[in-house]
Order: sequence, then C-alpha cells, then structure tokens
Amino acid sequence: MSEFICPSDINKTGATSLDERDRAIVLATQEGLPLVADPWAAVGEQVGMSGNEVLSRMQTMLERGVIRRIAAVPNHYRLGYVANGMTVWDVADAEVERLGREVATIEGVSHCYQRPRHRPYWPYNLFAMLHGRTREDVERQAQVLRDCLGDACHDHRILYSTRILKKTGLRLTGKDAQTVSTENDARG
Amino acid sequence: MNFLEFDAQDRAIVNRLQNGLPLVLHPYAAVAEELGVSEEELLARLTRLRDSGVLSRFGPMYHAERMGGGLTLAALAVPEADYERVVEILNNVPEVAHNYRREHTLNMWFVLATESSERIPQVVTDIEVATGLPVFNMPKEREFYVRVHLSV
Repeated sequence: MSEFICPSDINKTGATSLDERDRAIVLATQEGLPLVADPWAAVGEQVGMSGNEVLSRMQTMLERGVIRRIAAVPNHYRLGYVANGMTVWDVADAEVERLGREVATIEGVSHCYQRPRHRPYWPYNLFAMLHGRTREDVERQAQVLRDCLGDACHDHRILYSTRILKKTGLRLTGKDAQTVSTENDARG
Repeated sequence: MNFLEFDAQDRAIVNRLQNGLPLVLHPYAAVAEELGVSEEELLARLTRLRDSGVLSRFGPMYHAERMGGGLTLAALAVPEADYERVVEILNNVPEVAHNYRREHTLNMWFVLATESSERIPQVVTDIEVATGLPVFNMPKEREFYVRVHLSV
C-alpha cells in the first residue's frame, strides 16, 4: 500500500537497456506470469534458463525499476468501477509541480501527470485519473481536487471513458515483428 | 461472474495482489500463507479471476522508460462517421497499448509504448498519415503518482 513511484525527472536519467536474457524474460512474461507453484521455473523453461536465473534477473529488474511490481490488474468495469474519469486541469505553470504532488496524495487518484498543453485547443496541463462506481462519486472526488488546486486552477474537465477500444499493456515486439508492424502501418 | 458474485476470499486475494507478488522462490505459497488459504486454493481462485476477466491481467508491470523505451499519451478528434475506421487503424498498430473512447471533441485517447523512445515520433507520424488526422501528443513532463488500487 505504501509503494510510491518516483517522479519522472529520475526516469529520464534512469533508463537502462536490457540485455538479451532480460529481454527474453520480458517477452515471455509481458502477457502475464504463469499461475503455477514455481512460476520462475515455468518462465525459465520457455526461455532456456534456470528458475533461479529468472528469479534473480527479475529481482534486479525490480530493484532498477524496470519492473514496477508483479501484480493483479483488476478490470475496473468488472469490479463495479464503471465511472472512470480522466480529470484535466489548467494550472498555473509556476504552481503545477507543488500542486501536482499534493493532488497525487488525494485518495482515489491513481495516476497523476503533468503534460503539455496544446493551446488554444487544449489548455490543460495536469492530469489525474479518478475511479468511482458512479459519476457522482467521481464528481465528489474531483471537487476535492478542485478545492486543493484553489486559485491556481483556471479551468478543468472530466473526460469519462465510454468504451475500451484496446487494452493490451506494454508489448515488446521482436525485431522481425517490428518490421512487419511498420509495413502494416504503411498499408493502413 | 461480476463483482457482486465473488466472495470475501476472492476480494482479499484481489486486494492483496494489486500490491504485488513477492519475488521469492515460491511466491504464491508465501501469499497464500499471509491470506490463510492453501497455495492450491489461491492458484485456483487466481486462475478463475483471470480467466473470467475480473482481472485484466496478472504479471509484471514493466516500466517502458526504464527499459529505454518510449511511452506517451495521445489523442485524436475523430469525426463520428469515421470512428470505427480509425479504431481499426489504431488497434492494428502494435505500439498502441491502450485505447479509450472518451466524452470530448478529443474522443480517442491512446497510449503508445515503443521499444525505443526515438520511435515515438515515427509512430505518431504513421498514425497521422494513416488516419488523416492530427495527433495531439501529450508525453508526460512529470509523474507525480502511479498506483492503481481499487478496494473491492
């Protein structure tokens, strides 16, 4: 529960490339981890490594932050969280870092980022995801954020998701697959 | 199976495993002990929760940037008459990891995840060419928090 992910300014300098063996583990596990008593050995069988090597490499990737965590990702809708609102806020640039950190501590916020504006069309620079069982829940949470942001906030919107069009998570593609995908893009 | 149909044990498992599986030799046995169930029971319930779609997935969350990869959020304003055509184009792009319809003129929001950060601009351009629509690219400038935890 107390997990806190570091701010992105560390991310930019913290990038590490994967060696071929790490990469094989990522490819074998990006769809999920086997639900068997010894998942490391099961992954190891797929990639030609011992279970111990898989475990030790995954521990290192976790320490380096390459893996955020190994966890269950609930389907919001199936759990009754049918109101998923991306709240977007136009916050004074001088205040956005301080306020972003505050907003991130508010209960119910699952992701919080500063992103670029596209003025005049898109004036919003602070994004916070909220999840509720009803839109009223989300609006109540959004009001807490609004109060926290105070005068530094000029405008805001709640963009509810109304359809999941695709949800696969991160995918590494093999070198060959990447060539194929580029060709597909060109044909698209 | 919907959220009303799973029992207290299922709820405890979902709540516990959103926080992460320990990286130990027999991780499911360790969690089972914490929760007071057998390892077999935990694995059976997890399998059922995953296969019935209560869990979207179970496994490692990789951090694209830490792997040298690229990640960005982008949006399109798609004319309604064109919506399904554009869905098909985007969903066929392997680098599109998530795609949501949202209520706004910018009505299609997607996450691009690429193996190298240099590839993001190329994929953005490819999508603009294929759809004929301008992509509003909104890469994160700062990350304040990422921790999805839905109590059930």
